Amino acid sequence: MTALLEIRDLKAEIAGKQILNGYDLTVNAGEVHAIMGPNGSGKSTLSYVLSGRPGYTITEGQALLAGADLSQMSVDERAAAGLFLAFQYPLEVPGVATMTFLRAALNAQRKKRGEEEMSSPDLIKRVKELAKILDMDMEMLRRPVNVGFSGGEKKRAETLQMMLLEPKLCILDETDSGLDIDALKVVSNGVNQLRSKDRGIVVITHYQRLLDYITPDVVHVQSAGRIVRTGGKELALELEETGYARYQAEAA
Amino acid sequence: MAAVQETVEQVRRVGADQYKYGFVTDIESDLAPKGLSEEVIRFISAKKGEPEWMLDWRLEAYRRWLTMTEPKWARVDYPAIDYQDLYYYAAPKSTAGPKSLDEVDPELLRTYEKLGIPLHEREILAGVERPEGEERPRVAVDAVFDSVSVATTFKEELKKAGVIFCPISEALREHPELVRKYLGTVVPTSDNYFATLNSAVFSDGSFVYIPPGVRCPMELSTYFRINEKNTGQFERTLIIADRGSYVSYLEGCTAPKRDENQLHAAVVELVTLDDAEIKYSTVQNWYPGDENGKGGIYNFVTKRGDCRGANSKISWTQVETGSAITWKYPSCVLRGDNSRGEFYSIAISNGRQQVDSGTKMIHLGKGTTSRIISKGISAGRSSNAYRGLVSAHRKAEGARNFTNCDSLLIGDACSAHTIPYIEAKNPSCVFEHEATTSKISEDVLFYCMQRGLSQEDATALVVNGFVRDVLQQLPMEFAVEAQKLISVSLEGSVG
Repeated sequence: MTALLEIRDLKAEIAGKQILNGYDLTVNAGEVHAIMGPNGSGKSTLSYVLSGRPGYTITEGQALLAGADLSQMSVDERAAAGLFLAFQYPLEVPGVATMTFLRAALNAQRKKRGEEEMSSPDLIKRVKELAKILDMDMEMLRRPVNVGFSGGEKKRAETLQMMLLEPKLCILDETDSGLDIDALKVVSNGVNQLRSKDRGIVVITHYQRLLDYITPDVVHVQSAGRIVRTGGKELALELEETGYARYQAEAA
Repeated sequence: MAAVQETVEQVRRVGADQYKYGFVTDIESDLAPKGLSEEVIRFISAKKGEPEWMLDWRLEAYRRWLTMTEPKWARVDYPAIDYQDLYYYAAPKSTAGPKSLDEVDPELLRTYEKLGIPLHEREILAGVERPEGEERPRVAVDAVFDSVSVATTFKEELKKAGVIFCPISEALREHPELVRKYLGTVVPTSDNYFATLNSAVFSDGSFVYIPPGVRCPMELSTYFRINEKNTGQFERTLIIADRGSYVSYLEGCTAPKRDENQLHAAVVELVTLDDAEIKYSTVQNWYPGDENGKGGIYNFVTKRGDCRGANSKISWTQVETGSAITWKYPSCVLRGDNSRGEFYSIAISNGRQQVDSGTKMIHLGKGTTSRIISKGISAGRSSNAYRGLVSAHRKAEGARNFTNCDSLLIGDACSAHTIPYIEAKNPSCVFEHEATTSKISEDVLFYCMQRGLSQEDATALVVNGFVRDVLQQLPMEFAVEAQKLISVSLEGSVG
């Protein structure tokens, strides 16, 4: 069976500086992986390389999404193929109502996949359901995308987008940063609803806290641009105790 | 390749090929002799069957024009115009005063159909596809082709409401007293080089009169088309809203792709009396020239509104995407006490286009207010300047202005400039000015694309968000058209 995400000996750089140094990772459908590691270990870089952010260049190795080579796809093609990145710092799009944005994104993806567009009434109905799960006010969705949203509101909006778009692979980049405990519970609940046998989830985080709510099947420790250790969920707890120092030393 | 870089590349590739109105109508024209002289002016005046005073008015303007020099202060650069190498009058031969649409040359009707402007009232009524239950608002159209108006729709129905909507040449014959009373009272013949030239040679344009207390029952619009080679278009529009009346007027323009530059020097005069309101919207889509800056329209236009009466209001909304060079400052003279002027503008420049545009709000009366929202978007190798004047005279007690100018840059070969002039001679005025300049953010584009939007759609979304405040001011039908035009001007994904 083809893995959902298969990364083999991946090397990538930004502005000539190598950040990923031979990265290997396999995520199967139905699995939740946590990637933990110290600041500066290239956790966010991995998410940007996979999603195709301009300036992040693969120099060696491969990253395959359901067998398809990501490096051959544009950013929007990757999105339509089912890759979703929940941003650590979601961007503001002034003047564009969130609802308009959701409609444009969903229908653009559907069109690329040769599917029918979702009608406005269906879309509004679906968004209402999701907003309820995430404890969001519909009024917020009439406001421009992320403009004037608090940190918690941004992460909720990000989760709502993810739930609406129903991606095959969700990458959550430090979703817990800037969240108070209540928001963390609500957002985690949303993510947990996305757990399914057809979907893979990669949670990038610095702290164990988020993993109290989203229980991973596999935990990886990343240091100096590659995975240095892999284990079960207990590894996260161990890290909480011991810290990252020994891995940084190992990598160096 | 970085997203913005790709957008820039795309914009460059697309260039002028995206201009879909660039076709030429093959029609025989009646031309005035080339060049400008008293003879040519007499020829134009005779063609129109004008009264003697009108000819004198033109000749006086012409003699004054001979003593003037072309203004050079705008941030635009173009080779000298040879005014003797132009035709000042061109009219399709077959349209010598058609009585009804049935008499209009079918070739002309086809031209307007191709441009998306149906001139058959029946078709307008039938409308295009719309969601069920939503009635298509009706729009009366005056179609101006080169130097003459070829058709005006819904005249009869408007007449019932007392509204006069006709070509200005017809108004000169049928309502000379009204034309004489108002023509040149807002933009005098001596106003500026191009307005003076227009006064001498203007050929056609629209005339609108809304009687006291009447709310015009439909939107009025004029559609300008330049077709003939080496021809200048000098239209003249005069709109008068009498006491307590209201009218919304729309203007659209296109021209064929030609390698030569063509001159368009129009004058628009608006007058509102007590409690009256005029809303004037423009979607300007003249041929902008090719990506090397060859060809395109020189758009040197003088537009001014006079809020002559108390509590009257004039609102200009413009979407400027075309023309090789734009030199245009729709302005308001706020003469009546508590009168209000508004200016909402979206100016997009791409390729080698040069835009120097803005507004003037001249506060003369007490308690006058004005609002300016200008959004400039520069792409390609274009230059885009906002130039604005807000002034309050000594008697303008309590005048207020709010100005907001935002510029958005796409790519690194274009430029944006903001040149505001503010003069307050009365200590009680409050003038506010806000301005920002930003580059289209690569991060925001990446964010939108990560959600599945293509690069063109992401750019269009961001730009549409940027201009939203202004788009909201346009009549609904126009807003949709404008939104599409913005996408086309920047991407080439024909909407």
